[in-house]
Amino acid sequence: MRVIVKEDHRAPVVASMVWYRAGSMDEFNGTTGVAHVLEHMMFKGTKAVPGGEFSRRIAAAGGKDNAFTGKDYTAYFQQLHKSELPLALKLEADRMQNLILTAEEFGKEINVVMEERRWRTDDKPHSLVYEQLMATAFRAHPYRAPVIGWMNDLQNMSVGDARAWYQRWYAPNNAILVVVGDVEAKRVFELSRKLFGDIKPHPLPERKPQTEPEQTGTRRVTVKAPAELPYLMMGYHAPVLRDAERDWEPYALEILGGVLDGHEAARLNRELVREQRLASSAGAGYDSVARGPGTFLIDGTPSAGKSVEELEAGIREQIQKIVEQGVTEEELKRVKAQVIASEVFSRDSMFYSAMQIGSLETAGVSYKSLDTQLKKLQDVTAEQVQAVAKKYLTDDNLTVAVLDPQPLEQKQAAQPPKGLRHAN
Amino acid sequence: MQIRIGSKTLLLFATLAAVAALVFASAAQAALPIQHWKTESGANVYFVENRDLPMIDVSVDVPAGSSFDVPGQSGLASLTQYMLRLGAEGLSDDEISKRLADVGAQLTGRFDHDRAGLSLRTLSSAREREQALDVFARVLQSPQFPQDVLEREKARVIGALREANTKPESIAEHSFFAMLYGDHPYALRTSGEVETVTDLKRENLQQFYADHYSSVNAIVAIIGDISRTDADAIAERVTGKLPRAGVPATAIPDVQELQAAKVENIPHPASQSHILLGAVGIPRNHPDYFPLFVGNYVLGGGGFVSRFIEEVRQKRGLAYSVYSYFMPLKEAGPFQIGLQTKKEQADDALLVVRKTLREFLAGGPTAAELKAARQNIIGGFPLRIDSNKKIHEYLAVIGFYKLPLDYLDTFTKNVEKVTAADIKQVFSRHVDPDRMVTTVVGAAEKQAQAK
Repeated sequence: MRVIVKEDHRAPVVASMVWYRAGSMDEFNGTTGVAHVLEHMMFKGTKAVPGGEFSRRIAAAGGKDNAFTGKDYTAYFQQLHKSELPLALKLEADRMQNLILTAEEFGKEINVVMEERRWRTDDKPHSLVYEQLMATAFRAHPYRAPVIGWMNDLQNMSVGDARAWYQRWYAPNNAILVVVGDVEAKRVFELSRKLFGDIKPHPLPERKPQTEPEQTGTRRVTVKAPAELPYLMMGYHAPVLRDAERDWEPYALEILGGVLDGHEAARLNRELVREQRLASSAGAGYDSVARGPGTFLIDGTPSAGKSVEELEAGIREQIQKIVEQGVTEEELKRVKAQVIASEVFSRDSMFYSAMQIGSLETAGVSYKSLDTQLKKLQDVTAEQVQAVAKKYLTDDNLTVAVLDPQPLEQKQAAQPPKGLRHAN
Repeated sequence: MQIRIGSKTLLLFATLAAVAALVFASAAQAALPIQHWKTESGANVYFVENRDLPMIDVSVDVPAGSSFDVPGQSGLASLTQYMLRLGAEGLSDDEISKRLADVGAQLTGRFDHDRAGLSLRTLSSAREREQALDVFARVLQSPQFPQDVLEREKARVIGALREANTKPESIAEHSFFAMLYGDHPYALRTSGEVETVTDLKRENLQQFYADHYSSVNAIVAIIGDISRTDADAIAERVTGKLPRAGVPATAIPDVQELQAAKVENIPHPASQSHILLGAVGIPRNHPDYFPLFVGNYVLGGGGFVSRFIEEVRQKRGLAYSVYSYFMPLKEAGPFQIGLQTKKEQADDALLVVRKTLREFLAGGPTAAELKAARQNIIGGFPLRIDSNKKIHEYLAVIGFYKLPLDYLDTFTKNVEKVTAADIKQVFSRHVDPDRMVTTVVGAAEKQAQAK
């Protein structure tokens, strides 16, 4: 297990996280969502620490604990007084190897997860649009499945599926411990060696690349859901960071994201919301850190009286402008100033620092390259921004998902999807 | 890169096993050297010097939240606050945004039933700080409320309100506050209504600003990489030209107790029912604050270990999130219990919630529960003040609600003092299970039970 410690002595606290390199992208058809279900089950106890005790002990130590699952990883964290770090690590080491999974606990928790899916996705039209966009943009790569899993897979999941997942991926050689806080790195290394050192590694299954075939034409999908306003989301396939030193496109794409939506005077808001009044909101987002393929996303809600078609045309016009005329030095400078300031501001949060290290490392990018990354962002030129816009924001590479709002009263009460109910 | 350039997060990429966060609205403070003084114009300043990071946070709040709206102009307070940054003293909305972005500064709004304010985060280096503060001082003290920008923003707000009126969580919140507060201004939706926002005029905003953004009522909170002298200068600079007079800060009426239980079932096509129930809680300065705070940790506030979580989620798998909290305001804020669950089992879940509440009210916390609550709140105290951002928020709360300056120093002592008998007593004083409001949005065919 790799251990990464960042000393931060501003307050007598610590953020401790165990990151497993196992997320929804490692799942197979039929058991989507199992990474996240296991995350829930990790609180259900071991022989030494019975169900519910984990959180109870952390709470009694004045701490907070929780976990999160993403496409690329599953991570568990505690925030507590620095003197309680040994407790957190001891508990994590225990559940890394001794989790007890019973059908009874699973039967209750899978219902909680289905409630979570209803709350997070099924009843949230914008979440449905994102889910459909990803399912349409990706045909081969497992990024097509939602982290929470498809409802029918949840309905048919068994404790055996969760157990298989745990046995396959939960091992020290698939984990990274990140500790940020008022600690001495040396002491944390000693402690983690003592607590995790005897846990046996085991061989991890081969991970197939499942590379997404090149997209060869615009794809479109419509989602009908009860809502007032239509909504538009556009996704373009894009590269992500693999070599922090040599790559340049991901940095240029980050800056392009900033030029479009880095601040209130950025292009999308200035042109589409403030000037043309075509949109009531418009945004762009791109994350260059991922184990799988990247996506450059643009979204927006048309103004009253405007259609999604008009908004899409307006967004395309903004992209076309950058492709043809590039961006100004003033815009570049502005986005870079924000990068510098944001980096300083982010140091205010130990939790954020730990998140940053964990997500980089699980994506295979060293935390040591953070300074390089900042420098490379500052080095991005106007030509490079124009070049990545031209190369990646193309029609053939585009998936468009649209929310077609339905009146509340005309839609029948949503019935739960048909399928096997899970037997408790 | 984890360095986020986008100004808004597009979507959730990770999914938390979380329980809804607990907001005992303002929480607490620790042994921090808080300096307090008044500006020449009468604004109250709260300052903590912290040189660890080269940055400064400055906020200015005034009592100009939605409780200062009248029903016919609901949304005026919110729109006034929102429009501050969209045109000020010779700067257009675009120029304001650019000048802030050029120095990497972040300007955020704060708005609730009581408060309206703006908060600035900037690097402390001379050029950045100067430019950011220049803009900040102008938007606070010389907002222009340009007519064409106002029209644009009204259209956006109206669209957002229409959208909110279709979302079960917004519908539930609206119904909950309306039933709980009746004619009191806390009943008004903070962002207003489609009809009332439609009618708002530029003069209304100008008048509201003149009446409510007065320097004597302003609270300035500052933390960061500057000296007391510089903090003093900043406070003068951002409040010296605020309107002088203004209506008194204590203009909102007392809240009336609920006389009987009220239930509202609202149909909705969503797959889950959104359930809120609650009662009138306490004002921020109430002596029952600490026993309610500690007691609520046991009932529905303690992350994964509360009674509600245990009964509703862990034992029965009925909901992902179930919580309770007191939100103390200037006047009595709400006590609220909330959960979402599959429609078909909404009645069952509600019964469990009511039973759990009644048992807690009847018996209070066990000795073990009280001990665990104290351990968590006292042991976790350092986490409440482990960043500039958190301390800054507390400074603003201490100032706005006139909490004692040693509030932080005495916080853990106040928690320690709380007994199980106190908790039982204060809960029965403020929460009567026979006189609560209940909202179920997306109720199943069968009506939700009143008790």
